[in-house]
Amino acid sequence: MDFTFSDEQRMMAEVARDMLVTECSSAAMRHQMKSGVARDDVRWAKICGMGLPGVLALEASGGLGLAETDFVLIAEACGYTALPEPLVEHAGVALPLLVEAGGETSLLGRTTSGEATIAVGHPANPFVSEADTAEALLLAHRGEVHLVETRNVGLVRQESIDPFRRLFRVEWAPTSTTRIAPAAEGDVLWTRTLDRGALFAAAQCLGLAQRAVDLATDYAKERQQFGKPIGSTQAIKHLLSTVQVKIEFAKPVVHAAAAELSARSAYASPRISQAKLAASEAADLAARTAVQVHGAMGYSWEVDVHFFLKRSLALTHTWGTPAFHRARVAQRIFEGPLGPDHTFIRESANA
Amino acid sequence: MKLTYTPEQEAFRREVRGWMEAHVPAKPLPSFDASREGFEAHRQWERTLNSGRWGMVTWPEAYGGRALDLIQWLIFEEEYYRAGAPLRVNQNGIFLLAPTMMEFGSAEQKARFLPRMAAGDDIWAQAWSEPQAGSDLAGVRASATLDGDHYVLNGHKIWSSRAVFADWAFGLFRTDPASERHKGLSLILFPLSAEGVRVQAIPQIDGETGFAEIFLEGARIPVENRLGEEGQGWAICMATAGFERGLMLRSPARYQVAAQKLVQLYRRHENEVDPTVKAAVMQAWMDSEAYALSIYATASRLMAGGKIGPEASTNKIFWSEMDIALHRTALAILGPRAELLDTAPDAGDVDGWLGGYLFSLAGPIYAGTNEVQRNIIAERMLGLPKG
Ligand SMILES: Cc1cc2nc3c(=O)[nH]c(=O)nc-3n(C[C@H](O)[C@H](O)[C@H](O)COP(=O)(O)OP(=O)(O)OC[C@H]3O[C@@H](n4cnc5c(N)ncnc54)[C@H](O)[C@@H]3O)c2cc1C
Repeated sequence: MDFTFSDEQRMMAEVARDMLVTECSSAAMRHQMKSGVARDDVRWAKICGMGLPGVLALEASGGLGLAETDFVLIAEACGYTALPEPLVEHAGVALPLLVEAGGETSLLGRTTSGEATIAVGHPANPFVSEADTAEALLLAHRGEVHLVETRNVGLVRQESIDPFRRLFRVEWAPTSTTRIAPAAEGDVLWTRTLDRGALFAAAQCLGLAQRAVDLATDYAKERQQFGKPIGSTQAIKHLLSTVQVKIEFAKPVVHAAAAELSARSAYASPRISQAKLAASEAADLAARTAVQVHGAMGYSWEVDVHFFLKRSLALTHTWGTPAFHRARVAQRIFEGPLGPDHTFIRESANA
Repeated sequence: MKLTYTPEQEAFRREVRGWMEAHVPAKPLPSFDASREGFEAHRQWERTLNSGRWGMVTWPEAYGGRALDLIQWLIFEEEYYRAGAPLRVNQNGIFLLAPTMMEFGSAEQKARFLPRMAAGDDIWAQAWSEPQAGSDLAGVRASATLDGDHYVLNGHKIWSSRAVFADWAFGLFRTDPASERHKGLSLILFPLSAEGVRVQAIPQIDGETGFAEIFLEGARIPVENRLGEEGQGWAICMATAGFERGLMLRSPARYQVAAQKLVQLYRRHENEVDPTVKAAVMQAWMDSEAYALSIYATASRLMAGGKIGPEASTNKIFWSEMDIALHRTALAILGPRAELLDTAPDAGDVDGWLGGYLFSLAGPIYAGTNEVQRNIIAERMLGLPKG
């Protein structure tokens, strides 16, 4: 039993986070939003320079060959900065599926380096995010996995409240040549894909939540009313500490979920669902609280709080709605073994 | 106690319903905050309302009203929301300034301003907040300096709703330069088109320009535009805030109709959600009923000679928190479509819920933040020591 991240894991995430914080400055985000470009090439080049697109990809194709536990803190950093580029979906979800479904080598190489990206259309998500900038899409058809070049599909843009999310309905026709995994394998692959999607959405929510609290805390120290910082009132202190409690008790659930998934444990799916619920609730409360602490400023376009509010809202309902995840938790509770000796999987239970 | 409508009240309801059915625009009007066109469409609606004497039913007939009581006002509002009639672009005028003017204004001021307000000829904005005076409204610095029979206005107002397109504003100014805090303040009415008044839109969380900054740079406003006595500004503002929080700003029908829509949304998607959502839908309905009952009780109490007190603050907290919960429940039902704008091709029945949700987040901020309301409840209702 060792519930800590290794020094390497923490260092890699720290370096990634520092880079993302610099690259996703308020000015940069606002410039990108105004110009409407999907991807900031300089930022994406830095992301690729650190090898982040290939964290979970095979070493044989140039990846780092690491596991979900190694990516979870990086996904948090992507939430913390409300990163517009699809690093999490590409590196954390799409590429692992491509690897597992047996994608062809040249595409694996280019997507591992980040030169090209791929996007996933999971049945849980009616819309595919960042599909237009992807070179190819992994799509589901009756449990099968299909790999389709983006130029061969129709994309119908669905405007999201999140200015950085590019959602599309994908119109396409499956053929025998697009199929890369049959339904017999697909079922497991799609479930694991949903698990990864939900896990890393939860991790992003943790980051979003902490950023909302940090923004509000900074503001509460500066903003004076009644001759003192608003942060000196108990009302504001309690609002923010209530959120911090929520974050602190979502965090270990997300981290344990990452470890369970890395270990391919039978407890992974319900733990991921719990993590997604806890982290998205924390992000939702954090973002609303940050608006409240900022007063009318928080309701304006000028402060960045709304970026985090809108991303939280979007992520709450992607990769499984709260109702979906509650159902999976219910299954764990009512059909699985209970008691303090069943928090962690036992070797015997891991089929 | 008797909780039934009289035959006269029922007849009144039918009359309002008939008129609304005949006049409410079939297509929703464009937002009054997004464009001049939307704003003017709403002004036109105010004119239409006024043509039927429905601008403000509680006002005296001389000013364009029907001299009706508060129960009739509530019935009117119920029918108004039931019909899906447009939001009131002049809400700051009719719900905030007007009741204040009835109490503190001179006969000349009432005759001059109220009929034009009822007719939609003057749309009003509230200019109280300043960058450094939000919750701490007594920190107002904008000044009105007497110069002959004019005040000269200087200063910086902010967050003024509708001010981008509105005609007039009622502002809180320091008329006594030596004064501090609550003393030496006065309420002054000024045209937003006056020389020395500059309005600059502020985009809101949804990108629309729902509020504005107002820069006052030596605007000269005649003394007769002062509402109430010089130095009485704070008392007047607190009376206005009482009406706002306690009764007028948010009538219960708004939430009852929203709860009804929520139930309809739930029924369409019952199979996609789980029992927690059902419980939240039920809670939304119960809360909207509780709010309506509370307002009926307040209206009855006021009609019997009662006054609005610090309990107005409980009202403001209740409706603002109910509104957020109600909209969050709608988004939970919409699931992955919750983030879509109404214009998205696959938006389906998203029906403005997202916009309503974002706006609900402002509820605990405007009309006095909920933190400040909680302090008021604790200190003035419960008598806890001041912090
Ligand atoms: C949509 C919208 C429309 C508005 N329309 C108008 C308008 O038409 N005209 C107008 O004049 N103003 C308007 N306002 C401004 C509104 O009145 C102010 O936002 C409000 O008074 C709060 O002030 P502030 O924004 O400066 O926040 P601040 O006062 O800076 O408050 C920031 C945070 O600190 C908290 N806080 C401050 N002091 C205390 C305390 N003593 N104890 C506990 N907590 C405290 C607040 O509750 C809040 O959470 C509008 C605001 C919004 C959001």
